Amino acid sequence: MNLSKRRGALVAAGVAAAMVLSACGGSDDNGGGEGGGATGGTFSMYINEPENPLVPGNTTESEGSQVVKSLWTGLIQYGPEGEVEYTGVAEDITSDDNTTWTVKLKDGWTFHDGTPVTAQSFVDAWNYTAYSPNAQGASYFFSNIEGYDALQAPTDDEGNVTGEPTATEMTGLTVEDDTTFTVTLTDPFAQFPVTVGYNAFFPLPESFFEDPEAAGMNPVGNGPFKADGEYVPGTGITLSKYEDYAGENEAQADGVEYKVFADLNTAYTEVQAGNLDITRDVPPDAIATAADEFGDRFLESPSSQFTYVGFPTYDPRYQDKRVRQAFSMAIDRKAITDAIFNGTRAPADSAIAPVVDGYREGACEYCEVDVERANELLDEAGFDRTQPVELWFNSGAGHDAWMEAVGNQLRENLGVDYQLRGDLDFSQYLPLGDEKGFTGPFRLAWAMDYPSPQNYLEPLYSTAALPPAGSNSAFYSNPEFDELVDEGNRASSNDEAIEFYNQAEDVLLEDMPIIPMFFGLEQAVHSENVSGVFVDVFGQVDTSQVTVNS
Amino acid sequence: MGRYVARRLLLTIPVLLGASFLIFAMVYALPGDPIRALGGDRPLAPAVVAQLKQEFNLNDPLGIQYLKYLGDMAQGDLGTDFRGRPVLDTISQRLPITIKLTVVAIAIEAVIGIAAGVLAGIRRNSFFDNVVLVSTTLVVSIPILVLAFIAQFVFGLRLGLFPISGVQEGWYSFLLPGFVLASGSLAYVARLTRTSVAENMRADYVRTARAKGLPNRTVVIRHTLRNSLIPVVTFVGADIGTLLGGAIVTESVFNLPGIGRAIFDAVRAQEGAVVVGIVTLMVFFFIFFNLVVDVLYAVLDPRIRYE
Repeated sequence: MNLSKRRGALVAAGVAAAMVLSACGGSDDNGGGEGGGATGGTFSMYINEPENPLVPGNTTESEGSQVVKSLWTGLIQYGPEGEVEYTGVAEDITSDDNTTWTVKLKDGWTFHDGTPVTAQSFVDAWNYTAYSPNAQGASYFFSNIEGYDALQAPTDDEGNVTGEPTATEMTGLTVEDDTTFTVTLTDPFAQFPVTVGYNAFFPLPESFFEDPEAAGMNPVGNGPFKADGEYVPGTGITLSKYEDYAGENEAQADGVEYKVFADLNTAYTEVQAGNLDITRDVPPDAIATAADEFGDRFLESPSSQFTYVGFPTYDPRYQDKRVRQAFSMAIDRKAITDAIFNGTRAPADSAIAPVVDGYREGACEYCEVDVERANELLDEAGFDRTQPVELWFNSGAGHDAWMEAVGNQLRENLGVDYQLRGDLDFSQYLPLGDEKGFTGPFRLAWAMDYPSPQNYLEPLYSTAALPPAGSNSAFYSNPEFDELVDEGNRASSNDEAIEFYNQAEDVLLEDMPIIPMFFGLEQAVHSENVSGVFVDVFGQVDTSQVTVNS
Repeated sequence: MGRYVARRLLLTIPVLLGASFLIFAMVYALPGDPIRALGGDRPLAPAVVAQLKQEFNLNDPLGIQYLKYLGDMAQGDLGTDFRGRPVLDTISQRLPITIKLTVVAIAIEAVIGIAAGVLAGIRRNSFFDNVVLVSTTLVVSIPILVLAFIAQFVFGLRLGLFPISGVQEGWYSFLLPGFVLASGSLAYVARLTRTSVAENMRADYVRTARAKGLPNRTVVIRHTLRNSLIPVVTFVGADIGTLLGGAIVTESVFNLPGIGRAIFDAVRAQEGAVVVGIVTLMVFFFIFFNLVVDVLYAVLDPRIRYE
C-alpha cells in the first residue's frame, strides 16, 4: 500500500509539473505562430463533418462541397454574382438546338497525379455518378441526359432492387476526341452550361475508378489545391497549392487546412483567439457582437438559401388559392426576421432568391402584409376559422420560434387558432411529406445547386418533381406553370429564358402553393492572418483567392 | 481466482450477444427513414435509394438484419456506416482519443478526489473539510456543458494556459477537457472517501492501532485508508467503463474526435451497424472493468476470497 501511495504522489507531482511546463510551451507556440507565416502562407478554415467521402458526385451538402471545390475545377466557374465564367476546363459549351451540346476543353489541364484531364475524364465521371449501383447522391443531376434510365437498376413496388441496370454508359454522352465531347439531352435545356459548374459535373481521374473507396479518402482532383495526405474523419484534411494548375484563378496561398469542428461555438472561439483563420458561419448568439468584435473581418452576404412554408394542396381545407393568399398576407415577415433572427435573414418578396439573375424585387404581390384583404379573401373562400391550423416543422433544427411567431400572427390577424406540430425529426418529417401526410402548412427550405431561376422553380413545383422523385412536397401541379418553365428551358437566349421563368414565377405566386418566407444571409469571420476572404452566393469561400498576410 | 476470472469472462459472451441484439432492435425501432434524410431537401434518385436500402439490408425484417450482421461479424466485418467507411476504422481511429481522455480524467479524479477526501476525513469539520464540502457541492451542481464552456473561455481564450480545442498538443490537450470531464466524479470521489475515512477513523481497530502507539501516518495509511478505499474503487472502476463510452459534451466542446461523438452522430443518422459496434464495445468495457473492480476487492480486503 505504501508503494501505491508514493506512486500516486508522483503522478500528482508529474501532472502539476506538466501543467506548468506546457503552459509556458503553449503560450510560446501561440506567440510564434501569430507573427510567423514567413515562408508558410497557409491558413486554416472551419468545416463541419462532411456527410460523405470527398467524391464530387456524392457531395450534395455544403461542408463536403467546400472542400471539393478547393480540390476540383469544373467545366465553368461562377463569378461573384453567380454569372458563368469560362475560367474552368471548358473552352466553350455550344448548341444549335439546346438539346445536343458540344463541350470543347482547353489543353494543358492535369489532375494532381499528373494525368491529363480529357473528355473521357468527364464522360467516365458522369456515367459513374449516374449509375445507380454506385449509389451516388447527385445521380439525379444526369436524369435529363439521354440514356440515364438504362443506368438505373429496376426495382419492384416495395423498393427492392430486382436486377442490374441494362447499361453502364449513357447513350447521350459521346467522346469526339481528347478535348471534345457531346451531351444529348432528353429535352431542350438552354440553361445547361449554367448547371455544369456544380460539383456533380466535376471530372475524375482514371485512378479513381480503380478504387473509388480509397479515392474518397485521398481525393485526386484538378483544382487549385491538392490533398496532402488523407481525409481524417472528425479531424479534417490539409491541402497544398497545386503548382501545375492550369486555370487562371490559381491559389494565392501555399496551403489550406480544413479543420472539422463538432461545435460551431468552439470554432468561433478559436477564431477569436487567432488559432483558426476562417469560419463561414457564426453562432446565432454571437451574431449581435461579432460585427463589433471583428470589424471589417466580419462579413455578411446574401446566400441562395430560401425558406418557405408549403401548403398541402391535397388537403381540401387548403385547396382554395384565396386561403393560401390570405395566409401569406397575414404574415409580417419583417417582424419575424427582426425579432427572431436579429436581421440575419431577409424577408422574402419573391420565389427566386436575390442572388440569381432573374430575381425581381417585390415579385410576390401577396407577400405584402394586408390584414384587411386577407380576411376578405378568407371569408370569400369560406374558410372554417373554428378549427385550428396545424403548423408543421422538423424538430431540433431551430424552427420552433419562428413557426410559433407565424402561428401568433395568423391568430392575431385572421382569428384562427394554431397548433404546432414540430415533434418529428428530419428522417420522419420528410417521408411524411412525401406521403401527403401534412395536415397544415409546413416548413421547408431550398439552396440552389446552380445560379439559374430554373433551379428555384422546376425542382420544387413542377409536375415532374412530385414526390418521391422530386421535392414538390406541396403536390402543386399546374400545366400552365410547367409549360412556361419548359419554354424557358427551350429559350434561345438567357434574357428570353428569364422572361419565361418570371412568367412561371407569376403563375406560382398567384396560385401560392407555397409562401415565400425568408432569404438567407451568410455570416463569416476571419482572423487578421488572412485577407481576400469572400463568401460566394453558394455560401462557400473561394479558397484560391485567400491571401495570407505576412 | 483464475477460474473465477475465466468464468466471469465466459459469461460476457451471452451478455454481449444479448446487448447487441437489444441495441440493434432499438435502432431498428427508431421511427423515420434514414435514407430519405440523407437526401434532405432534394430526394435521392429512386434507384439510388433502392440501392442503399439493399446495401444496408434496410428492407429486411429485424431478425434477418441481425443475423446478417452477426454473420458478417463472425468474419471480422463490423459493417460500414452510410458513407461506406468500415466501423472498425472508426473505432480504431477514435478509441485512442477517448482512452487518453479517460486516463487523464480518471487520474485527476482518483488523485485529487482521494487526497481531498482523506484530508477532509481525518480532520472532520476543519476549515479544509468545509472547503471540500462547499466546492464539491458547487461542482456537482453545475452542468458539465456550462463548466466546459467556462473552462474553455477562461483558461483557453482569456488566460491562454491551455489549447482551446483539438488534440494537436498531445497529452497536454487532454488536461483541460479531462479536468472538466472528471469534475463531477471528482467531487463524488472526494465525498465518498471523506465519509468512509471519517467512519473508519472511529473504528475499533483504529483505536487499537493508536493505543499500540503507532505513528499517525501509519494509522491513516495502512489501517484507515486501505479499508476506506473499497467503495471508492467500486465507483472509480465503474466510472472507467462509463467514460470509455465517450463523453459527448466534453468531446464536442473541446473538439476531440472520440467515440462519444461518433456514437452521437450514428444514432442521429440511424446507422445501426455503427451504433451496435460501438455500444457493444462499451458494454464489454463496462463488464471488464467491473471484473477488475471485483478482483481488486480481494487485494484490498483479504477477507474477500473468490473460489
